[in-house]
Amino acid sequence: MRRLGWLIPTIYIIFLLLPIYWLLNMSFKTTNEILGTFSLWPIEFTLANYKKIFTDPTWYNGYINSLTYVVINTVISVTAALPAAYAFSRYRFLGDKHLFFWLLTNRMAPPAVFALPFFQLYSAMELFDTHIAVALAHCLFNIPLAVWILEGFMSGVPKELDETAYIDGYSFPRFFVKIFIPSITAGIGVTAFFCFMFSWVELLLAKTLTSVVAKPIAATMTRTASTSGYELGLLAAAGALTIIPGAIVIWFVRNYIAKGFALGRV
Amino acid sequence: MTIELDHVTLHRDGITYLDNVSMKLESDGFNVLLGPTLSGKTTLLRILAGIEKPDTGRVMVDGKDVTGVSVQKRKVAMVYQQFINYPSMSVFDNIASPLRVAHVDRKEIATRVNSVAKLLKLEPFLQRRPGDLSGGQQQRTALARAIVKDASLVLLDEPLANLDYKLREELRSELPKLFRDTGTKVVYATAEPGEALMLGGHTATLCEGRLTQFGKTHEVFRNPHDLITAKTFSDPPLNVVSVEKRAGEFVMEDKVHFTIDRMTDQLSDGRYVLALRPHHVSLKARNSHEIELQGKVTIAEISGSETFVHLDIGTHGWVCQAHGVHRLDVGQQVSVAVDPDKFIVFNEDGHRVGEHDDRVARAAHG
Repeated sequence: MRRLGWLIPTIYIIFLLLPIYWLLNMSFKTTNEILGTFSLWPIEFTLANYKKIFTDPTWYNGYINSLTYVVINTVISVTAALPAAYAFSRYRFLGDKHLFFWLLTNRMAPPAVFALPFFQLYSAMELFDTHIAVALAHCLFNIPLAVWILEGFMSGVPKELDETAYIDGYSFPRFFVKIFIPSITAGIGVTAFFCFMFSWVELLLAKTLTSVVAKPIAATMTRTASTSGYELGLLAAAGALTIIPGAIVIWFVRNYIAKGFALGRV
Repeated sequence: MTIELDHVTLHRDGITYLDNVSMKLESDGFNVLLGPTLSGKTTLLRILAGIEKPDTGRVMVDGKDVTGVSVQKRKVAMVYQQFINYPSMSVFDNIASPLRVAHVDRKEIATRVNSVAKLLKLEPFLQRRPGDLSGGQQQRTALARAIVKDASLVLLDEPLANLDYKLREELRSELPKLFRDTGTKVVYATAEPGEALMLGGHTATLCEGRLTQFGKTHEVFRNPHDLITAKTFSDPPLNVVSVEKRAGEFVMEDKVHFTIDRMTDQLSDGRYVLALRPHHVSLKARNSHEIELQGKVTIAEISGSETFVHLDIGTHGWVCQAHGVHRLDVGQQVSVAVDPDKFIVFNEDGHRVGEHDDRVARAAHG
């Protein structure tokens, strides 16, 4: 029994990695091979799919659009959440606990609920098909999340730190920027990561609020048929590339995430 | 420079943190605030710092009311029980931070930080982060930041409570030296009577937000004005018994009769409360003028070369602090000797009665 102890984790990991492997496998095949034969690895190995994505603006613009609104959203979410989380962690005010919980409930509603009102509102404001529209729409679930995570990290900083800074002569804004924010960089990193990820993977609102100019990669990627028929190899390559930004961001915050889990806020 | 609290009261959420406290800080030696947890020590410091505003009452500096002046504009420094430093800055930047905020010249900052670092033996660590230092070094950093500022008022809130025994002793002996001859007023909050005695200076005893007595530390210890002060300023706890005086004699529990010479003529008959410090209760055989009490051991703790014997004498629980190691069993009958002259006498309201006896004072000190 003990000798087989490695077996179950291995099977589990293989199961987890199988779809990713299959995606990579497909991305190096031609569409004909994918549809025509079943093979565990590419027989006619090709980089044409990747080449097409990096040279065709309709493809690479998808990545640029996605990255643009995701970065804008992350910046807005963290910036807006910092003072809010500070208030929740440091002050007691009427209904603070209810408000804090209400923030969380925003994450419970499916984005589809908001698709129609957002579409109408953004069209009326002439923000339809802009990066900022998607970035703002994603704030709906990212700001509450950011407040929730940051509040945990901020409450871990003793209130006496604030007081010491005031006694030393720091004004509140100077204290906040020079001392407080550097004290919670780990928390900000973790928060930014989650905002990035949730905005990156969200498809419905991004698709609803854009048509051409700000069309996200996920929207381009999920159209299965085009004028030249099925382009499965190309879609697989696009999918493989979509995983990369998340992997990069995870690598940067890998040490901080554990801390976030320890605080119970991630 | 004078700093004064004028009838300061503070309530929060129905709890009284400070109740009509007035005191004028002394600049000769430390001002020790002594009291158990929740006695209002920290609140008093926070009001002196300007972090908290009293409900009523004023804080006066040189006769001017500074109650509403913001923290940043007061010339104070504070060190907390927890080691509070700026985690993202090096030790040097931590110490330099109050000077940087005050726009002190760069060269001067370097010289002042270095001299304070030298004083507190922090020189080897100046480039490290506080998080990489030991607790003692972290607290030294916090102290250095308080000293470098040259504040006219330094507030120390149980600064040694989180340090281990050795470091605590070392830093405690250094602390008064750091502030000697600087003209800085230092307020030191502590829950340990022993610490107040070691620091000297002046002591204010606090209980449930009230200032019960303020004066020279040894004076407060020797000559407490009331029972609460005596209790606050005693560790291990004070032995308190209620007695009746009739026909010139004190009667304890209807059994033990004795006289306190100096009280015979001073006090009228009636009920009194007597207090006796544990180190005045002896396990040795009684001398001619001492009285003997019979008790039952409830617990005997040996601490180094001393033994703390907790015993029941009649209906009262007593503590005897005896020199040497005594092995006593729980439930064992023991007799203890007590010198009646060492009793501090209070009336039933807890106010000190009778003349202050210098012999008591000398004995208490010794």
